[in-house]
Parts: sequence; structure tokens; C-alpha cells
Amino acid sequence: MKHSFIPWLILGWIGFLLMPWYLLEDGFWSFIWLTDGYPTDMDYAPAILQGMLAERLWLLPLALPLLLPLRLIPLTKNDPRYSRYLIIAGASGLIYMLVQGFAIGVSGWQFVSLDLLFGELEQQQYGMGYGAVLCGLSFLILLTTGLAASGFLKGDVFVTGSIGLVVTLVGIFVFFPVSQVLFSAFVDNDGSFAPVAFANKLFSDNIWSVSCLSSGYSCGIAWNSLALAISTAFLTTLLGLAFALVVTRTGFRWKKSLRLLTVLPIITPPFVIGLALILLFGRSGVVTQFFADVFNIEPGRWLYGMPGVLFAQVLSFTPISFLVLIGVVEGVSPSMEEASQTLHANRWKTFVNVSLPLMRPGLANAFLLAFIESLADFGNPMVLGGDFEVLSTEIFFAIVGAQNDQGYAAVLAMVLLAFTLSAFFLQRRWLGKKSYTTVTGKAESGAYMGLNDGMKVACYMAALPWAALTVVIYGMIMFGGFVQNWGYDNSFTLQHYTDAFAVGWGDFGVIWEGAAWDSLWTTLSISAIAAPFTALVGLLTAYLLVRQQFKWKDTFEFGTMLSFAIPGTVIGISYILAFNVPPFELTGTGVILIICFVFRNMPVGVRGGIAAMSQLDKSLDEASLTLGANSLMTFRRVILPLLRPAIIAALVYSFVRAITSVSAVIFLVSADHNMATSYIIGLVENGEFGIAIAYCSVLILVMLSVIIGINLAVGQRRLRRTDSISITPTKTSFSAPSLKEKQA
Amino acid sequence: MSLNYRAGSVSFENVTKTFGDVNAIDKVSFTIEPGNLVTLLGPSGCGKTTTLRMIAGLEHPTSGRIMIGDKEVTHLPATDRDVSMVFQSYALFPHMTVAENVAYGLTASGINKIEAKEKSEEGLELVGLGGYGQRLPSELSGGQQQRVAVARALVLEPEVLLLDEPLSNLDAKLRRHVREEIRELQQKIGLTAVYVTHDQEEALAVSDRIIVMNRSVIAQEGSPRELYEQPASTFIADFIGDANLVDADIIDIKGDTAEVAVGSFRCFLPLRDFSKGRVKLAVHPSAIRLSKRDNQSSGLTGNVRRATYLGSQMQYEVDSEVGRLFVVDFHVDQAIAVGSDVAITFSDRGLAFVKTA
Repeated sequence: MKHSFIPWLILGWIGFLLMPWYLLEDGFWSFIWLTDGYPTDMDYAPAILQGMLAERLWLLPLALPLLLPLRLIPLTKNDPRYSRYLIIAGASGLIYMLVQGFAIGVSGWQFVSLDLLFGELEQQQYGMGYGAVLCGLSFLILLTTGLAASGFLKGDVFVTGSIGLVVTLVGIFVFFPVSQVLFSAFVDNDGSFAPVAFANKLFSDNIWSVSCLSSGYSCGIAWNSLALAISTAFLTTLLGLAFALVVTRTGFRWKKSLRLLTVLPIITPPFVIGLALILLFGRSGVVTQFFADVFNIEPGRWLYGMPGVLFAQVLSFTPISFLVLIGVVEGVSPSMEEASQTLHANRWKTFVNVSLPLMRPGLANAFLLAFIESLADFGNPMVLGGDFEVLSTEIFFAIVGAQNDQGYAAVLAMVLLAFTLSAFFLQRRWLGKKSYTTVTGKAESGAYMGLNDGMKVACYMAALPWAALTVVIYGMIMFGGFVQNWGYDNSFTLQHYTDAFAVGWGDFGVIWEGAAWDSLWTTLSISAIAAPFTALVGLLTAYLLVRQQFKWKDTFEFGTMLSFAIPGTVIGISYILAFNVPPFELTGTGVILIICFVFRNMPVGVRGGIAAMSQLDKSLDEASLTLGANSLMTFRRVILPLLRPAIIAALVYSFVRAITSVSAVIFLVSADHNMATSYIIGLVENGEFGIAIAYCSVLILVMLSVIIGINLAVGQRRLRRTDSISITPTKTSFSAPSLKEKQA
Repeated sequence: MSLNYRAGSVSFENVTKTFGDVNAIDKVSFTIEPGNLVTLLGPSGCGKTTTLRMIAGLEHPTSGRIMIGDKEVTHLPATDRDVSMVFQSYALFPHMTVAENVAYGLTASGINKIEAKEKSEEGLELVGLGGYGQRLPSELSGGQQQRVAVARALVLEPEVLLLDEPLSNLDAKLRRHVREEIRELQQKIGLTAVYVTHDQEEALAVSDRIIVMNRSVIAQEGSPRELYEQPASTFIADFIGDANLVDADIIDIKGDTAEVAVGSFRCFLPLRDFSKGRVKLAVHPSAIRLSKRDNQSSGLTGNVRRATYLGSQMQYEVDSEVGRLFVVDFHVDQAIAVGSDVAITFSDRGLAFVKTA
């Protein structure tokens, strides 16, 4: 009889007997290790040889949990020993791996008490490599297979395994690093527990001072961040609503082009807006110079500080709240408004008493989203902040600056995390249950009510100048790279592009001479590797959330969405703290960047997957199951093909987001793996605006062509077809009560 | 024909299913004989779909035992059960052709591609869709899609075929045609089938036996005729026969026959196990005769409140001394005008005592 765990067991044995156990200096995929003394060289040896030749005896017991399942091969699934042995093997293997990994590090025992207990340990060990990864994976699947065999989740091996995998990954790459931040906030720089120092840091004036209210001193950075976030959220929600109303409720002619605005934040690296603003309103900016010449107004530095950051953030995030609010405004069923109007309410009254209250949860949602984005924003304050300090940038300077105070950075990260998580909690607990979306899936006739004249004017006044400004700004980004030295020498030049992207011919073909190629290739390849993983993890999680019922599902969902609310800078510092030492030693590699992207962008994939999967009638899965397919086959042959549009969206989105992200990346880049965004930030800090802008425009064009290219390749029509399948609309209303009954 | 069917029985023993703290099914027991088509009938929310899904293995009981054939399947997942199901929405995979849809279950159970292809063609032949294999489901009409769903379920040669409101997405005319086809097919291959519907006419038309469910329990089980003619409760009388429920008195008993007084009207009915005194009488709408009232008229007095012309029949609402009555009359030519005084008599057939539930 064939057992489903056997391939995984073999994988575990491969990890134990063949693959290099520890992390390789030159990287695994260079395959230098294969010709450089493998398997006996201790840098490359697998666990079994490490144990026998290098006296790393603690690795040998790992063979036991790999031997135990061999006894099960003659047994049947129903044998009670089957599940028990698998659980014992998997759990003990995993626990033992973790214990030895944390107990023994680069300097022998990691804890003083172990030194006392066992005496000094001469051997040491490094971060886990692919051998360890395979072994760990094998143990995990053995454990989940055992759990499934004992009746867990109706005995579904695939679902149990997937949940185990997602939980483990999220645990290692989200919860573990974040807990490291909290942990390191409590210790001083020598590593001993220091609650007093922690309290001092946490309540320091630097963070919480309110002296700006009474005197001329600046306020604490926590207040700065909060004030900025609230103002940004308020303004973007208002503007977003104005845009959404213009698009859905007026006869405005260029509606479609307004919708294009929603694509912009996706393809814009976060600090680019700030950069463009400098070119417009900085001391030597176009507008500033114009006012200086014509009205004789002294060029000021107002842009560098809160007004500038606020300005840039509102520009950056308005499209996001526009995107959210279009859905909200369209979600108000026209029949509600028509009903109100037939009851003799005029348009203003209908809007205020019917439409607006129905939109309220959506508005709050947009507000909280912008609030979180603003707190997490790193690029704009970095470029425009000046003396105006906010949490996200302070964290960075606490690490890279002269102070290099990890504890202080960790405290700041805690404060920032507390803010964003409270907003996230609020959004989920309070708004999650309050959705007034009135779209029922039934085809509804009826048109949206137009705005009355006063409101129309107000919306136009708010939205249109803003749209114009956005166009000007993107114009600046596209053309700014062709100007010698902005504000001082406005002559045309290609110098910036040749500096960055020159290509030459050498004896061996093309030579990438430009300074930017390195980081561009790294960015593109790392983003391209991260994208499929992000989509896979995201969609798998979405499948588990939408289609499977299990205990703790709410907690599971919360855990997977959590990384959305963790600001990039916090992720960055937490990865540095957590993955700088064995057993997970990843800093300086490309892998850490990939992992960082996968888990930062995973919520996007999850949400996309949830949205798409909710449109697939559940009876499709059930039909597949009753036809004798297991859930893996159902996922592979029914769900995945039908989710193709969602998969492509997730791929594109995670690819593009990886390219544009900066806040976490800036902590994690290394000389070998420099990313475009952090390279550009470096240029900006050196005042080389020309090259920076040129590079930005190239990035934007690359992303645009990727998006357009994929859309063309996949073809819009085929997407449409799968979109429209789900089920016949007449039936939805019919099966609704029985569905509710089942979930009750 | 290479499709071979081995009809299995289904039995529930004290099965309970709770969702949260709601009992969807409460200690339900029944047995379905091999080769029978049994309908689970009831109003929405009565637990019939949950019962069906438990036979399929899509839900698992909170307590009790489920047997299919002579095998206990209580905790067996859907994948491993020898049943297949036709869904209300058909649940055809929209990205596969008709042939791929039908072959899906075969390949899932590891049959090689060539054999799967042959069998799926045979299955399509069986439902009269030979030659449609290369189309996509979206290119078929609703009735054809429905038949593909049936073929897809049948090629697996299941012990039991489950049908979840298979006709509810078809228009009224097609519905009658398709239900006859399903019945014919089921009888031809001698399959055990469990059929869920909320439409009593459909249930009466296709079933060997009907299990009527109400509020998570079985209200009555029997052949269509038993349910119609001897309803066990007012609920069944109302739900199956649309019957009028009137108060009556058994005034005399002679052997097996009871003399019954309904208001001023007298009639004789088989007694069943009732005794003298006040009873409820179920009166089918077609068992009521109306005639224009004149001096010689006997029977109850009544007045027509509403008359509806339905082509093949007239429907009346009549106020009478025993309450308002719903009447179906096939004498369309002699329609009675609204407001007329009428004499009401009952035919012997179409009346039954019922226990008040």
C-alpha cells in the first residue's frame, strides 16, 4: 500500500544524507560546493558526515525520527500506530532541530547555563542550510500527515499539511522576527535584561514630549507621526471621496483617465513623489523660482518638514483611497437611492440620509488604510522630512546612524507597531462586521443618482486641480532626468541616463557600463523570484480561509494578514535582529530579500485570492470531491485554473510591489544584493537628483511595460470568460438561506 | 454496455447534526432499499439538504451511524465514498469540455485515459448527449448542462446517486420532461437514488418512496399514495396535498366505518385508529363539490369569495360554516361567479382524518 508520506520521508533523508547541512558562503545555487571538496569538507558536508567526522554529534539523533516512519510502511492507514508514530517522529524531529539550533551557535553553547551544565563546547555551528530546510520540511509534513491520520480536519492530508506549512512559515518569518524586536527592546546593548533602561527609552521626551504646544521646541516623534498620519488620512479620504463621486456620479468626460490614477501608486516607488515635489517647490524648484522672479517672494524651505511630507503623502495615497472608495460608492445600490427619491427626498437629502450613511464603514476603512500607510511611509519623510522626525525614519537612523542603538530602534518600532496594529485591529474588529454593501449579485437595473450642483462643483474643485497636479508631477519625473542640474542649469542632457544605463561592447559581448545596471538586475531578478512564491503562499492561504473550516481559523487569518499592518521599517529591523545569527542566518543574502517580499506582500495575494475564490461556487469543489478527487487534485485541477486571473494579478502585483518597496529593503540590502530603491535613496542623499529621477522614470517604465505585456499576453477576453462562470444568478438568492443554515 | 451498476442501500441510525447550537438533523433514522428512488421532501431549512450532504460525505454527523451498502461510512470523507452527486447548480467545471467534465471522476480514481474517454462517451450516450463532448458547458442549454451533470455522476458507477434539487434551475415546462427522463434512466439501470426537492408535485411524480422532513426530523415516510391519502399529520396534509383542514366530529362508529359530521354535512369514512369525538379532517381541494344553492340543496352553505380561472381548472375560495375552503374544480365551463351562494359537498375519496401536530 502506498503511503502519502513516503516522498516526504525520502526528502528528509536526502536532506540528512546528501545536502549540505549548513548555510554556504558562496550560496547554494552557485554550485561551487559540488566541486570544492563536497562531501567531506566541513563547510559543505551533510548532517551525517558533520556528525561522524566533525564530531557535531548532536546532529546524529536526527536520524531517529527519520527511521521511525520506516516501520509504518507495512501498516495500513487505519492502524492506530500509523498516526501515533508519524506524530511522534514529526514533532520530536522538529522540536529537536529547533532546540539544537538555538542552543548551539557560532561560539558553542548559546546559554551560560548550558556551559555550566555540560562544560564548554568546542564545536560550533552556523545557520541552517538546505539540508536542514529539507529535513525540517520533512518533519513538518510527517507531523501533519500523522495529525490528519488521527482524524484532524476530516483526515485531509493536503489541507492539514498546507495549514501546517503556512503556520510554520508565518511563524518563522513574521512572528519570530517581530517578537525579537519586542525582546531586544527589553535588553541593553550587552544583552542583559534591563527593564529600567527600557522604561526610560519608552517614555523619553524624545518620543512623547508635548513642548511644541507650549513653547517653540519640537514635539516628540510619536506625536509627529500621529499628527501626520491623521492629517494625511483625513485629507486623502476627502479627496478620494471627491474623486470617486466625480467618477461614479457625474457626467465628467475624462472619467476613464481618472481611473488610471489608481494604477499610479502601484508603479511608483514611494519617495518619487517627494523627489518631484522638490523639483517643483524646493528652493530651486520651478514654481518657487517663478514666484521669486515674478512676485519677488523669497524662496523658502517650507517644503522640508511636515507640510512637505504631508503634501507628498496626500499625493501618494489619494489614489489608494480613491480605489477603495470607488468600490464603496459603487456598492451603494442605486435602488436604495431611487427608493429614497420616490419617497420625495431631494438629491441632497438622499445623499446625506441614505448614501452617506451607507458609505460610512467604507469611509472609515479608507481612513484607517491611509492612516496605516502614512505611519509606515518611509520614502517621503526620508526625502522631505528635514528636521521633522517621524517614527519610521527614526528607526532607520537609530540603526545606521552614529548612535547605532538597537534597543532604541526596537522601542521606536514597538511604538510604531502599537499604532498601526491598533488601527488594524480597529479596522478588522469594528468594521469587519459592519458592511453595508448592498450589492447582492442579482443583476440590478437603475442608474446612480447624480450629484446636485453645489456638490458637483465642490467635487470638481477638489479633484480636478489635484489630478492636474498629479499629471504635472509625473511629467516632472519623466522629464526631470533630461535636465542638467535642476533649477541652476536647465539645459537638456542625456548625461544622467548614460551615467546610469550606458551599455558598451567589449571582447566578450555586451558590457553593462552604467552604474545602475547592477541594482536594476538584482531588483528585477529578486522580484521575479519572489512573485510566484508570494502568489502561491497567498492563494494557498486564501483557499484555506475560504474553503476549509477549522478551529482557530480567525486567529489563522489574523496572523496571515498581520504583516500588512507591520511597517516596513519594523520588518527591516526585525529581520536584522532575528536573522543575523544561527539557526536562521540570512542577512547579506538574496534569500532574505525574497523572503521579506514574500511575507510582506502575502496579504495582497491572500486578499486577491479570497475575493476571487468567493466568486467560485463552492459546489464546484464539492462536485470534485464527490467525484473521488482529493483536495490536492481539486485545488490543482479545478480551483487553480479558474483562479488564473487572480493568480496573474497576484504575480504582477507582488512583482511590482517588490520593485517599489524601500522601507524594509533598505535594512536588508548588501553590497552583493543592492536594490534599485535603496540605490536611488543613496543618490538622493548625495544630492544627485538627476540620476535619481532618471532611474525612477526607468523603473516606472519597466513596471508599466511588464503590466501591459502580461495583460496583452494573457488576453483580456479569456479572463472575462472565467470571470463570468460562477453560477446562474437566479439561483444565488435561492441557495442563500440554506448556505446560511450550514454556516450557522 | 460496460457500465455496471450495483445498487446499494443507505441507512441512517439516530443521526444528529448540529451547526453551532442549532440542530440541523435531530436523531434521524431511515433505510433506503437498493434500487429505489427515494425523495427527501420538505420546506427550506428542514434539514433535507444536510441529510443528502451527509450521505455524500460533505458533512459529517455529530452523532449516529451512516451505512452505505453494508459498509459503515459515518466518518469517511466524500472522496472515498462510492456515491456521486448531481448539484443544484450542476457545478460543471467551466474550464473543461463536456467530455473532460464527465471523465474527471474517472481519472481521479486512477483509470487510464483511454478507458476514461470510452466510458465518458458511453455516459454521454446514456443521457442522449453523444457528440457533445468537445463543447464547453457554457455552450449548452440548461437542460443539457443538467444531463452532463447526471452523466458525470453516473459514469462512476456509484452505489447511490444523489440529486440535490436537480430541476430547480430549469423552466417549468422542461422540468416535467427532465424529471421523467431521470426517473426512466434510474429505473432502467436499477440505481439507488436519493432526490432532494421542496416541490411536492415533483416528489409525487418521481419517487418510489418519500421521506418528508420538517424541523430537523422526519415527519412521515411512505409511498406517494400513502402520503397523499393518509397524511399522518396536519403538516403533511397541508404540505403534500394542499388540503383544507376542517373540524369534524365522529358521531358514530360501525365496524371500520365512521360516521362523520362536518357542520351540517354527514359522510362515512374508513375509521383508521380514531375514536368518537372531535377530529381534524383533511379535505383535498379537488374533493370538494360546489353547486349553485337553491331550495333543494343539501350540504354545507357557503359563499364564493374569489374565483380564479386557470385554463384547465377553476380555483375558488369559499367561505363556509366550517371556515374558508380552497377548492379546485375542473368544470371550467360551469364557473361560479364571485358572491354566489353555493352548496358544498365532499366526495368520499380525498378525505382523511389527521392527528393534530
